[in-house]
Amino acid sequence: MNVAKLMEPLELDLLTPETDLTREVTGGCVCDLLSFVMARGEAGMAWITVQTHLNVIAVASLHEFSCVIVAEGCAVEPETLAKAAEEGIPVLRSALSEYILSGRLYALGVR
Amino acid sequence: MERTEKETTYQETRRVQKGDFAAAGQISASYKNMLKRLGVDSKVVRRLAIASYEAEINLAIHTLGGSMTIIVYPDHIFLVVEDTGPGIADIALAMQEGYSTAPEEVRMLGFGAGMGLPNMKRCSDTFEITSELGSGTTIRMGFNLLN
Repeated sequence: MNVAKLMEPLELDLLTPETDLTREVTGGCVCDLLSFVMARGEAGMAWITVQTHLNVIAVASLHEFSCVIVAEGCAVEPETLAKAAEEGIPVLRSALSEYILSGRLYALGVR
Repeated sequence: MERTEKETTYQETRRVQKGDFAAAGQISASYKNMLKRLGVDSKVVRRLAIASYEAEINLAIHTLGGSMTIIVYPDHIFLVVEDTGPGIADIALAMQEGYSTAPEEVRMLGFGAGMGLPNMKRCSDTFEITSELGSGTTIRMGFNLLN
């Protein structure tokens, strides 16, 4: 399963057009506490969150996450997107809730 | 840490300013790139980058500012985190997962859950912390490059 294959089922818009969507999604993480994500994250995870500040990209990049999925249609700061492009982390956004997004991700076979 | 300078592959010290969350992660990202270039095992690189990011965030949140020094030896890496205060009153309490003195605005960013120090300890092979109220805190983390 790669990031591109999540686009339709999770109703995602890509906010970082220049990033690589062939990155493999090997797990998922739903959390808005960066401290927890730092402690529990694993490489390849798709991270669903409503946090949108710069540090989200730093954490995603250090953990080598496959992508960041912003839920609830939250606004994302341009600085965050610029940093994501620089680090090569795809940032996608959906109007759906974190709960629905994680359910759909799980149903796609991402465990 | 009784090593001769000759054995050192690389050494670098960088400053972290109080409250500078926007810059947090830059030092860790540079460590990650540098260690990858040196051919260090990717799992060790990942552990070190996570520990150093926690240290960067802690310096920005809790201290008056400080520095991070990385010392790379052929078989070992040390990461030394020093700050100029205010110091930790109760280290045992600070090491407990879930305990934090972080202010509300930091918690709004998703930090301050009391995971930083325990996560540094978990990610490193050796972990030492000393602190004195009024003068500051020093954390020394070691990462084994053998095995």
